[in-house]
Amino acid sequence: MLDDFVNQFLPSTVGGLVIGSIYALIALGYTMVYGVLRLINFAHSEIFMIGTFASLVTLLAIAPTAPFTGFALVGVLLLLMLVSALVSGASAVALEAVAYRPLRKRGATRLAALISAIGASLFLQELFGLVVIEWLIDKPGRNQASAPRFVARDTLFEIGNASVRLDQVIVVVAAILVMVGLDRVVNKTRIGRGIRATAQDPEAAVLMGVSIDNIVRVTFLLGGAMAGVAGSLYIMEIENTGYLIGFVLGIKAFTAAVLGGIGNLRGALMGGIVLGLIENWGAIFLGSEWKDVIAFTVLVVVLMFRPTGILGESLQKARA
Amino acid sequence: MKGDGVTREESPTKRGGFAAVGHGIDRMRDWWENAKVWQRYLIYIALVVGALILPAPAIGTFMSPGSDWTTVLVYPIGTYILLAVGLNVVVGQAGLLDLGFVAFFAIGGYSVAYYGTQFGWNYWATVAFGIILAAVSGVILGAPTLRLRGDYLAIVTLGFGEIVRITANNTDEIGGARGIPGIPHPPPIFGTKFLIDPAPYYYLIVAAIVLVIIFSVRLQKSRVGRAWAAIREDEDAAELMGVPTFKFKLLAFAIGAMIGGLAGGIYAGKAVFIDPNTFPFILSATILAAVVLGGSGNLPGVILGAFLIGWLPERFRDFADYRILIFGGVLVLMMALRPEGLLPSRRRKAELHEGTGGMGTMGAEVPGPDTDVSTTEAAK
Repeated sequence: MLDDFVNQFLPSTVGGLVIGSIYALIALGYTMVYGVLRLINFAHSEIFMIGTFASLVTLLAIAPTAPFTGFALVGVLLLLMLVSALVSGASAVALEAVAYRPLRKRGATRLAALISAIGASLFLQELFGLVVIEWLIDKPGRNQASAPRFVARDTLFEIGNASVRLDQVIVVVAAILVMVGLDRVVNKTRIGRGIRATAQDPEAAVLMGVSIDNIVRVTFLLGGAMAGVAGSLYIMEIENTGYLIGFVLGIKAFTAAVLGGIGNLRGALMGGIVLGLIENWGAIFLGSEWKDVIAFTVLVVVLMFRPTGILGESLQKARA
Repeated sequence: MKGDGVTREESPTKRGGFAAVGHGIDRMRDWWENAKVWQRYLIYIALVVGALILPAPAIGTFMSPGSDWTTVLVYPIGTYILLAVGLNVVVGQAGLLDLGFVAFFAIGGYSVAYYGTQFGWNYWATVAFGIILAAVSGVILGAPTLRLRGDYLAIVTLGFGEIVRITANNTDEIGGARGIPGIPHPPPIFGTKFLIDPAPYYYLIVAAIVLVIIFSVRLQKSRVGRAWAAIREDEDAAELMGVPTFKFKLLAFAIGAMIGGLAGGIYAGKAVFIDPNTFPFILSATILAAVVLGGSGNLPGVILGAFLIGWLPERFRDFADYRILIFGGVLVLMMALRPEGLLPSRRRKAELHEGTGGMGTMGAEVPGPDTDVSTTEAAK
């Protein structure tokens, strides 16, 4: 048992970092929306799913015959991320307008909002499973759709007995770059200040001239775009998707957000990576079929002992 | 009920066609409140008789032309009603959002299947054991998590439901992904044998539903029910008034779980075979949809909701594929237009329009110039 662990530790760590980066990107959407609206955007997982399909369709249109290299690779990657980010961001904004805004205007309860979110999530899943996927890629929507490979699975370098591949490096680096960008937007720009102000005290923010509706829209846009980027990286790394793909990934990403401290952007990055690592290390002992159980157990344990997460909750440090 | 008098005022946010329906329901409710005891019992008897003749073929040919009506009455309709009444204790009465209710259904089902096939226990013993097991797991799940904020609880329960399903899938001892076949039927009661014919199961499930409803109504009218209502409306205030909120929330969880376990036991006795896929997340969402659609917190509403959600996909088989799509859309629409459900209790409706009774309001809900008047009034 211990032997297994020693042998598999480094490869598992690499795998954990990669999947953890994807969790982290999705977690950002949960964390931002929760920070501003105090709402678990249950349908965020479907925004991610839409992002994977945006990339898949783009990729099928490019129809790569051999893996790309050099500038072509960078260009294709950027294109996929951009398309997915736009499509997912737009979907998130539309989702907010349809499923949440009417409730917010009426001062509905959070229970009502959460149920609406669940409804929207089911609706989007089924819409894709029944209609959209077939229309997009002309294959039965209930099946898994696989993506062509466009990044070579070459080993870049080795750490101990773990070989690190090009695609894995791309996922981690891209995730970190995008997150640094988001962090800059939220902390340095005018609109970011609006987001933080709204998260901290919506009433005061309104009095200071912040347009709450715009801020909410931008929050959904940014969160959705992050899920879109996650979707394109997922398509590159895992190479298949389906209409139900968001469900488990969504719960795990939410776990990551809670783990890092919901409402805390840097916490989401940390939570995602920690969750990816725990899940992969745990799988060495228990077998990979227990991965999901490990992740959900982590969620329960974190909520039991430190419900504010590792780094504490705040989209803005000052929130008590 | 006396407490309802306070919230009798009509909410100003009623919309269009619903208003007329709402008025009719209000008149019925007034009549019911002033009805004499014998009048009430007459209605009860009429309802029970109605339930007993429901499987009649004459009704069946209209209600479900495509499949055997009695079978449909047992599953999905009867099972959904039983589950919805159980979930209503948690969601409707105590105001806790449970997204993993199917876990308790699974525990009840697996208890009957495992102890019945492996150890040859008596059917009723396995059902009772399943109910106890479900209650214990409700407490085990609730104890660490019920101190959490409401929406965290929702996700944790969702995770729990998945943990139970995946664990069943990965544990060979209880059949793993292959499930458990050959579950024994219940032993005969009063000479009625439980075999392939669905009718005895239907009467069994009606009996269970009636029992559970009586239990639930008695609870609602007791100190426990008042404590739940207080927790639902304002947990902090309830705590300050001396309600041990944590204990009562745990109790709600345990009772809901027991009813879920009972439903699982009955289902397994009828179904003969269960596997982990009998208990997917979507079933939790379906039951939640039933409770919310009918009017969470109000038993007649919840039963109506569960009946509709069980029956409509069977009646309109052409649309069966679109079932979940329609559920999802209905949930969103319902929350936007009529969050209190089709047949709400007055109190619950007032709560929802005031923005209490469900974990408080969302953030960033500052009343602006375009906010409904009711919201701003409620905020005062």
